[in-house]
Amino acid sequence: MVPLSYYLILSGILFMCGVLGFLIKRNIITIFMSIELMLNGVNLSFVAFAAHWHQLSGQVFVFFVMVVAAAEAAVGLAIIIAVYRTRETLNVDQVNLLKL
Amino acid sequence: MTSNPYLWMVPLLPLAGAAINGFFGRRSSKQAITTIALVFCGAAFAMALFLAATFSPASAPYYYDLARWIRSGNFQVDYSFYLDQLSLVMLLVVTGVGFLIHIYSVGYMWDDDGYYRFMCYLNLFMFFMLMLVLAKNYLVMFIGWEGVGLASYLLIGFWFVKDSAAAAGKKAFIVNRIGDFGFLIALFLMIQHFGSLDFTRVFAAVQPLPVETAGSGLLTAIGLLLMVGAAGKSAQIPLYIWLPDAMEGPTPVSALIHAATMVTAGVYMVARSHVIFERAPTALMVVAIIGTLTALFAATIGIAQTDIKKVLAYSTVSQLGYMFMACGVGAFSAGIFHLMTHAFFKGLLFLAAGSVIHGIAGEQDMRKMGGLRYYMPWTFLTMTIGTFAIAGFPPLAGFFSKDEILWKAFSSPYGSWVYWLLGITTAFITSFYMFRLWFLTFFGDYRGDAATHDVTHQSADAHAMHDKHGHDAHGHGQHGHGSHEQSSPHESPWVMLGPLLVLALLSFVGGWIGIGGRFEHFLAPVFQSGVSSELAHETAGEAAGKGTEMLLMLISVTAAVLGLLLAWTLYLRQPQLPARIADRLGGIYRAVSNKYYVDEIYGALFVKPLLDGSTTILWHFVDQGLIDAAVNEAADAARHVSDNARHMQSGNLRSYAGWVAAGGAVVIAYMVWMGVTK
Repeated sequence: MVPLSYYLILSGILFMCGVLGFLIKRNIITIFMSIELMLNGVNLSFVAFAAHWHQLSGQVFVFFVMVVAAAEAAVGLAIIIAVYRTRETLNVDQVNLLKL
Repeated sequence: MTSNPYLWMVPLLPLAGAAINGFFGRRSSKQAITTIALVFCGAAFAMALFLAATFSPASAPYYYDLARWIRSGNFQVDYSFYLDQLSLVMLLVVTGVGFLIHIYSVGYMWDDDGYYRFMCYLNLFMFFMLMLVLAKNYLVMFIGWEGVGLASYLLIGFWFVKDSAAAAGKKAFIVNRIGDFGFLIALFLMIQHFGSLDFTRVFAAVQPLPVETAGSGLLTAIGLLLMVGAAGKSAQIPLYIWLPDAMEGPTPVSALIHAATMVTAGVYMVARSHVIFERAPTALMVVAIIGTLTALFAATIGIAQTDIKKVLAYSTVSQLGYMFMACGVGAFSAGIFHLMTHAFFKGLLFLAAGSVIHGIAGEQDMRKMGGLRYYMPWTFLTMTIGTFAIAGFPPLAGFFSKDEILWKAFSSPYGSWVYWLLGITTAFITSFYMFRLWFLTFFGDYRGDAATHDVTHQSADAHAMHDKHGHDAHGHGQHGHGSHEQSSPHESPWVMLGPLLVLALLSFVGGWIGIGGRFEHFLAPVFQSGVSSELAHETAGEAAGKGTEMLLMLISVTAAVLGLLLAWTLYLRQPQLPARIADRLGGIYRAVSNKYYVDEIYGALFVKPLLDGSTTILWHFVDQGLIDAAVNEAADAARHVSDNARHMQSGNLRSYAGWVAAGGAVVIAYMVWMGVTK
């Protein structure tokens, strides 16, 4: 039996990878993937807790997160393609038309 | 008490005229403005005549409640009007003289750019003055009281681009505030002790009170405070200083407001409150003393003035002193009688002086006049009647009223021979300075040089108090003569001479209604309600002193004749004498011609400390140091904090994310260290 703390540490590592990727990377697709990484890090802690406490609500929550993440991925990728078509770049620092 | 629904129309008619001219005058023709102003003012006069015609002593006093105003518990004040013999006299004087001066103003102000403004203000003044006169309670009277002050301010500063005129307007307004302060406190005392401001109620509450003997007490306090108010409005010592400066206004204003009507409001108010004063002998004595001293004091200043309007201004102050002297010795009807005749002859004198000034292109310095009787015979004729009337020559109006006052000052139970002596001295001086004015203006040779008229005015000190315009020849700065500029003195148009002639007639015959005590009997119902024993005293004294009265009358006529002769000697026969006498007198002459330096003394005693105190303490310390500083500091601090905080809002998405992550880290760290509690 793998202890709960292992799962949580892995989950934390995944989440921190996501955060760092989000903060550091400039490529919008990488940023997008970092978000997915954070979501999945959280998902991992959810299922770990669900297994540990023998309660299903954590797993149900993970399904919801995955659904929302899928929808988000669909919309997000569409936006990224649209941005690339107009700006011909994926560097977020150059997509700053709305910035003052 | 009879209700009379016509009363409220009298004041409201001029208000309508003022409103129409005020709102539409700028775009109207001068003919239309004239019509409006004269019609509404004339209508008020007609109403006054109608009220006088239908006035019957049996049903008097009349009253009319126009509208509710203040109802608070037992205390109530309404817009109500009141007409008894006293207010009827005032009503006729105000509307009659006012109407004549309206007509005169048409000629005098026709070429002025602010013609509509002038007519509007005049009508507005009439409205407030009629409110004052017709009020049934002290508060409505106070509206009128303040309103005429406002109108006076507007009209003194009518040529407001002239610094001295603007300063004079301010001075009049501020000095009057001091008087109004006393008046207001008197009103508060009445509310506190009598629970009402209504004349009938207050007097009914005062009636049963005993005469205060010790010189202290409620009625004395009220009386003295009312006198403070009256001294401000009616230019008595120590608040008279605004009236001479008020001559900066156009001459019709000087005639209407600063001679005939507004300045007599204080006399009217004291006479109206006679029930209070009769029970406060100390207050009465103060009134008499102030009146007597003012009469003498102002008359002596009048001797040395060279500006024709200034002489008349000091003369007005002096004559008002007579009226207060009369009120102070309990002879209220004599005071009102003099008020009426004074309105005629002083209105006349001012208008005639205005006609002179008008005829020689705005010159006001008598030293540059002379010989004008050939150029303007009608003005000369009317001015002559006015001069003889004010000097007290029988059978002109001034003789009767002034003699009545002097006799009452001598014989009344409140009177004393001291008042009489000072009064007769004043009469002599009055006669002297008036004939000096008369000789200087109309006799000898014309001393003005038509080509070099000093039309540009001396720019006065910014500070009114330090204004020494006793000496300066003030031109009519803005007086637009433009179209009919003439090089030689000329007679005024008939629209100005008409009112002069009417007033001359009134100055001639106006005193006759006082013969045989008829005027006094007419007013008796008003003043009789006072201490009844006083009237008995008076009639007894009159019967006993018939011989004395004739003697005193003879003395006062002699004084007038002596004044005439002295003026004739000094200013016509030996015109080099006055300068020599002035040299001989040296310091005294300088003091008199500088108005005893009263303005300077007030300036040093009150104005400068007040200004300095306000500047250093109120302005620099309180305002700038405390209030402004607090506000500015708060604003600075807020800006400083926001200045630092705004760097968080960089617009950089990843820095926001960093803040979110950092925040999350802090929360987690907190939970880890402190533990999670339920």
